[in-house]
Amino acid sequence: MKDHGLNFSEGDAAPGSVGSNPGGDSPPLGSVMVVGGGVGGIQASLELSGLGYRVYLVESSPSIGGVMGMLDKTFPTNECSMCILSPKMVEVASDLNIEVLTLADVLSVEGMPGNMRVRLRLRPRYVDVGKCTGCGDCTAKCPVKIPDPYNAGLSTTRCIRVPFPQAVPGAAVIEGSVCRYLTRGKCGNCVKVCQAGAVNFEDREREEELRVGMVIAAPGYRPFDASRKTEYGYGIYPNVVTSLEFERILGANGPTQGHVIRPSDGREVKKLAFVQCVGSRDVTMDHGYCSSVCCMYATKQALIAKEHLPSIEPTIFFIDLRAYGKDFEKYYTGAQSRHGVRYVRGLVSGIRERQRTRNLLLRYLDEGGRMREEEFDLVVLSIGLEAPCGLAEGLGLEVNEYGFARSDPFLPVLSSRPGVLVCGAAQEPKDIPDTVTQATAAAGVASLELHPARGTLLTRREHPPEKDVRGEEPRVGAIICRCGSNIGGFVDVPAVVEYARTLPGVVFAEERLYACSQDAQEWIRQVVEEHRLNRLVVASCTPRTHQPLFRETLRSAGINKYLFEMANIREHCSWVHMQEPEKATRKAKYLVKMAVEKAKRLEPLAEGESEVIPRALVIGGGVAGMNAALQLAGSGFPVYLVEKEAELGGLARNVHFDYRGEDVQAYLRELVEKVKREELITVFTGHRVVDVSGFVGQFRSLVRDGEGRETLLEHGAVIVATGGERYRPSEYLYGEDERVVTQWDLEAGLAARDSRLRGLRRVVMIQCVGSRDEERPYCSKVCCTEAVKNALALKELNPRVDVYVLYRDVRTYGFREDLYRKAREAGVVFLRFDDRVRPRVTRSGKALRVAVPEAGLGEEVTLDVDLVVLSVGIVANPDNAELAPMLKVPRNAEGFFLEAHMKLRPVDFATDGVFVCGLAHAPKSIEESVAQAAAAAARAESVLCREKIITEGVVAVVEEEKCSGCGICVGLCPFEAVTLDRERRKASVNPSLCKGCGTCTAACTAGASRLQGFRADQICEQIEAAASAWEG
Amino acid sequence: MAETEKREREEGQGSADDVRILAFLCNWCSYAGADLAGVSRLQYPPNVLDVRVMCTGTISPYFVVKAFQEGMDGVLIAGCHIGDCHYLKGNYMTAKRFQVLREALRFLGLEEGRLRLEWVSAAEGEKYAEVVRSFTEQVKALGPSPLRRKPVGWGGKTGEEG
Repeated sequence: MKDHGLNFSEGDAAPGSVGSNPGGDSPPLGSVMVVGGGVGGIQASLELSGLGYRVYLVESSPSIGGVMGMLDKTFPTNECSMCILSPKMVEVASDLNIEVLTLADVLSVEGMPGNMRVRLRLRPRYVDVGKCTGCGDCTAKCPVKIPDPYNAGLSTTRCIRVPFPQAVPGAAVIEGSVCRYLTRGKCGNCVKVCQAGAVNFEDREREEELRVGMVIAAPGYRPFDASRKTEYGYGIYPNVVTSLEFERILGANGPTQGHVIRPSDGREVKKLAFVQCVGSRDVTMDHGYCSSVCCMYATKQALIAKEHLPSIEPTIFFIDLRAYGKDFEKYYTGAQSRHGVRYVRGLVSGIRERQRTRNLLLRYLDEGGRMREEEFDLVVLSIGLEAPCGLAEGLGLEVNEYGFARSDPFLPVLSSRPGVLVCGAAQEPKDIPDTVTQATAAAGVASLELHPARGTLLTRREHPPEKDVRGEEPRVGAIICRCGSNIGGFVDVPAVVEYARTLPGVVFAEERLYACSQDAQEWIRQVVEEHRLNRLVVASCTPRTHQPLFRETLRSAGINKYLFEMANIREHCSWVHMQEPEKATRKAKYLVKMAVEKAKRLEPLAEGESEVIPRALVIGGGVAGMNAALQLAGSGFPVYLVEKEAELGGLARNVHFDYRGEDVQAYLRELVEKVKREELITVFTGHRVVDVSGFVGQFRSLVRDGEGRETLLEHGAVIVATGGERYRPSEYLYGEDERVVTQWDLEAGLAARDSRLRGLRRVVMIQCVGSRDEERPYCSKVCCTEAVKNALALKELNPRVDVYVLYRDVRTYGFREDLYRKAREAGVVFLRFDDRVRPRVTRSGKALRVAVPEAGLGEEVTLDVDLVVLSVGIVANPDNAELAPMLKVPRNAEGFFLEAHMKLRPVDFATDGVFVCGLAHAPKSIEESVAQAAAAAARAESVLCREKIITEGVVAVVEEEKCSGCGICVGLCPFEAVTLDRERRKASVNPSLCKGCGTCTAACTAGASRLQGFRADQICEQIEAAASAWEG
Repeated sequence: MAETEKREREEGQGSADDVRILAFLCNWCSYAGADLAGVSRLQYPPNVLDVRVMCTGTISPYFVVKAFQEGMDGVLIAGCHIGDCHYLKGNYMTAKRFQVLREALRFLGLEEGRLRLEWVSAAEGEKYAEVVRSFTEQVKALGPSPLRRKPVGWGGKTGEEG
């Protein structure tokens, strides 16, 4: 490894190393400061709290939420951004162990890991967060208009306002610099109207010093200032907007309520252009790197614009379309083929405005080198991600040439400074899942240092005592959510509310703009108390994501959380019947009726507790598996590491150096050594997992070696790190001519200093072999960087060698772009081919010939070459097919494991206690695998560090009086949870083992066995409700 | 409310569009698949009301018979693919019970086509939408269930596009 003076470079690259506290003497503090309240900071905070640490979440703006809170949708699922972020924000707000400090800046950081001192500047809010209810009376009376930062300045708000409806804290803030009272001593309207007495003009800026164990920097990024690209006329032409502004235009809660209209005249947009790489891949702007997310967000915005306005014609002007992440390629090809998004490969050189129409003339150089011009109504500049402020000054971190935090090449959350970890876009431009992964990883790595102090600074939550509502007449409250326009735009919400009010048992029905927001939770608590509700129905989105939030709210109002039912009127209604608002409204009503009728039959349920075996099983001994094992062991938890091969190392054994020149083999050797030295890790090489049973906290797995010897392992969590494989090509004469090799073969030759490589005169590399085709419609992510890296290595060996790279899009995202530029400067020739006409490799006599129909020029190029190097893709491990049913986890169509949620739960499975990392999840680079491994280990740790696991109340029970003792249910239970007392001839269910599937209940002829929360009478109520609703 | 309600009722019933389908979706695969269809904004007919169950294995034949007795024109059961069941083998039970259910259906005097079993995974939003589309068409072609409480004649409109 190269020495760059970073803390991890003293011979220690693996995460296991940070656990050794160099200061050593005093015990660490069990608290962490997280700097930055975007999705990364939010995730890190929640994770740390779950791991048993107190958290200070420091945010410079008045609310947490970051850029994700401003986004309309997220790619590649088009999921509503606020809908998935808001529950997390509410969780932060309601977590007793997370203290949110807004309007706060870090002035300095001192100290050693375990004991850090952070000086903060706390700017005045002029509103008491504890008193403000966010009612908005002050805003209504405030005379001072200001551009609304939440809407990227596209609309105005008042000087005193709640930053946005879902803000956390949900309190108002005063812009001190423009407030009439604060600047001129006049007005004071807000003080007069505030019933809560929350306005405080005496608030002053102050400094504070906090002591914490570790600091996690998650300050995110700054959007590139588009006015610097003067040729695009941003700030001069009103119809040239940035992508962040356009995101707000698309937002249902944005300045135009989601109508795609032009700023100049409010006219609907017909021809819409996206200009890519504005402030990215642009050395003239000192932004030589790729911003990694713009290709995908432009695709998303084009799709959403079309959804809002089907007549719109979006065109995306790009250089390389970088759809490299999991399921991105399908999203991109779908946008192109199914939704009519036009992609034009061309560099936009300038934009002019037509004076009369204010339309825009876009000049661009097409691939064939011809200058073209096209007219558009609106132009969106896809602005890049810029390094955030305060990394060097406040946090004292070393930064790279672009200002991003320098970090460890293998574990990117380690910054240059001991005690300070970094995650998210501040480390390198990245998307939401990668940010969430790194944030989770950072929490786990912080725990390596702090685990001796785990739990020492925690406050425990106390709920009000649960009211006994058994025997009471049902009093149902129905909350109907508009979800901005997601529901409200297609379903007549007031009509649904009216309908709900007519249903017997419903004593309260009301609508909310966002039922999931923090202020709504407080409101629900009040409503439950005021109206003495003993059942709650929320008609909004899917219970799979939002039920826990509402249940928690209900419980905090003193009502058993199982007295709750959801009607999914978004995913199952408004979003799927967008063209039929009347019928969608009708269906929403029926769904509400079904939920209400079921709710009336619900009964309070008790939760059980079960023990946790504080050990983990890690399946797969590659880079991801070893890192996960080391991190868990470093935090004090024993690990079983199972590897099917005789040796640890996995695929990385074939990689010799990475794109920054780091020696991967040296790293790997060290990693294997550490694993072998670590006493808490038991390694099972040459073993396979053949059976897994049990549940979170108490798994039992059977592993078997090649001779059939079996070992039974008991553990509380599982990490799946089974890796992937390289595609084995049969095309391009591979296996027929020894001059056709793969990148790995070439790399092995380079590493071994094979003298034959020096004599090569012409080498052709072919990209996307086994990737982005019909059979494997995904991008393997690593091959472009690999090709560029190896091309440069060949050039270094012999500057006279001709290297051609035949590609479709060069996907060197992030800082990898530097290497691509370097390769072009070194004379590597890049020729593009179209996916419909692949290159051909032929032999004539001794000569090896490559013919490629060059797509840009439209001409076929023929090359006689010495060596053809195939950039083969990554395919899923075939063993996944056997493992998936054992672990009860899903795989996607390509055989990779499918995580619980693509954006916010990237290493979780829907099955509790089972986590995934590395190539088992999707193709990715080594450092991404390591970050994901650290994240998976942190998630596993959050299970293992608990004393007890609370088990669900949804389990089967047997009513003894009815049980005839036939024993049918016993044999049906896949979890051996049902037993039969042969003497008494009665069956009973062990609630710790019962998973709540209800298979036994369906078979019970006596009707004695029933599934709590899904009892036959409850489901029958739903059926009857559905039928009677239809009957009218 | 009365006005719109009445109008909707009149519009809804009587027309060939008014196919009534009840869907039992398992929480882990098919309900999630239906969620994905929503997230992906795949459009399908609004004739299906769904009941979330933890596993298709929990669906007692009684529920299905009950649904038909209550006047449903069709019943859809959707669960995890065989081998993917979150509870290992709940869907095997469903597959077995489905055979019995078919018999029961015939006994009730209903066409087999009114009952469908499909495996829809959490990643198959497209498939879920397609299943709803085709099943709606299929049930529409069969006409209203003879067991409807207030039978409405579709006047030979069977098979017609809605």
